[in-house]
Amino acid sequence: MKDNKTDVIVVGAGPAGIACAITIAKAGKQVVLIERGKFAGSKNVFGGAIYAQPTREIFPEFEQSAPIERKTVEHKFALLGENDGTVISYKNSPLPALRATFPEGEGRIAENVSYSVIRGKFDRWMAEEARKKGVILVEETVVRDLLLDKGYVVGVRTELEEYYADIVVLADGVNSLLAKQIGLRNDIKPEDVALSVKEVYKLPENIINERFHVSSDEGCIYEIFGGPMLGMLGLGFLYTNKDSVSIGLGVTLSELIKKGLRPYELLDKLKAHPEIAPLLKDGELLEYSAHLIPEGGYKKIPKVVGNGVMVCGDAAMLVNNMHWEGTNLAMISGKLAGETAVIALGKNDFSEHSLSRYADELEESFIIKDLRTYKDLMSGIESRVNHFLGYYPEKINSFFKMFTTTDSVPKRESYRKFIKSIFTDRKFTDLFKDAWCAIKLLWSILVK
Amino acid sequence: MSELDEKLYTVKYTPDSESHLLPVQECCRICKSKICTIICPAGVYNWENNKLVVNYENCLECGACRIACETSALGWEYPKGNKGVTFKQG
Repeated sequence: MKDNKTDVIVVGAGPAGIACAITIAKAGKQVVLIERGKFAGSKNVFGGAIYAQPTREIFPEFEQSAPIERKTVEHKFALLGENDGTVISYKNSPLPALRATFPEGEGRIAENVSYSVIRGKFDRWMAEEARKKGVILVEETVVRDLLLDKGYVVGVRTELEEYYADIVVLADGVNSLLAKQIGLRNDIKPEDVALSVKEVYKLPENIINERFHVSSDEGCIYEIFGGPMLGMLGLGFLYTNKDSVSIGLGVTLSELIKKGLRPYELLDKLKAHPEIAPLLKDGELLEYSAHLIPEGGYKKIPKVVGNGVMVCGDAAMLVNNMHWEGTNLAMISGKLAGETAVIALGKNDFSEHSLSRYADELEESFIIKDLRTYKDLMSGIESRVNHFLGYYPEKINSFFKMFTTTDSVPKRESYRKFIKSIFTDRKFTDLFKDAWCAIKLLWSILVK
Repeated sequence: MSELDEKLYTVKYTPDSESHLLPVQECCRICKSKICTIICPAGVYNWENNKLVVNYENCLECGACRIACETSALGWEYPKGNKGVTFKQG
């Protein structure tokens, strides 16, 4: 019998690791959660916003006590040309007078909303909640190696000591050196990951309210295509926090490499775009950060189960890029891994066969189902990225420019000129291939 | 201060006395693209005097360099537990 032994060790106190650990602790089992940062969240970066419904699965009352920034009431999709832009907005924010007619308690809790949060605060809160439920949190500690015995993972080695457990759950993020170490996955290829850079700007709460037309506890999310990323596999984002604004972008790493681009220069160009610059005016830069986002989708999910080990969250490449879902997939996959761990502990069977229940649960859940829905997204777009994320956004902008221009030219002439430009600026065969590609993609998303 | 330096100035770091990033210099000399010197979001890598200079204290620990490295020879580990970057916003 060894010292330093517990039921489960979870590596990484991010959303996946915390959700897993809390699930295990709630079931009365012993769990040690090891985090390499000074505190949970200190090595984490995202946009971003969390989705209330999945978060409630782990923290049912989080809206009462967690540090949330603003509730998302508006979603804006911006297609930016070089200097112009077309923005489509969906907003759902009943006026105060209408709000008064809905009972505060019930109506609110049932909403499937999202909230912007700041990881440095929110993850810390989650970790504290986990501690309260009995999770033993060890910070400032890096797990360097997994310990193996007769083909089973039996523990971890940090810089100082060895800890043993019946099960080790790897929730150590996108780079997961540990999953690579034991052969569950290879290292990431540049086309399977996006490099993202982000800046947070301090702005007074009332200025944010005025600029984004929201009240103090409401916020806005921008999804940004084009601009400096025209013709590239990239996406920009903007989130409003209580008294700051997060702006950033992510571009597929292979794209950055191919074009020899410095990510922060792209971000500077985005910030200078006429559609974006006024939103950040007079803001004070609070923090610059960078992170990798898994992009490979369904086809690049590694093996998530081994003897004595499971992998969840970004470490298992569980990110749905189309819908900006990573944090919720991390939480739910962590919970599913936690549940499987509890069952395995009950049976005293930690073999891959026993733990494969986790992989089955993932398959049955929206997690794998959604990733499978979008499995062809990256390869579908990649071949024609110049066009889908370059030519078409530019054409949409030039349509609106044409439509809103009054220059004493007869309208019919303007329309015909525009339609002609669609066929002259792009070869007919390419247009046909674009349409075919779009149809195939839609088919794979909607049917199979 | 360059613009990138201004950005890095806002990041909280606890520097170690030794680098957690260990490129294999012989491989760096063969490398044509020196891509790490371009895509690193913190400008950690610079090619100077036929050598790859590593300002590891600025590392944001993203991992892009390891994946982009032409020769896959970039020794990439996390810094020690109480060292490296601390994101307060994230």
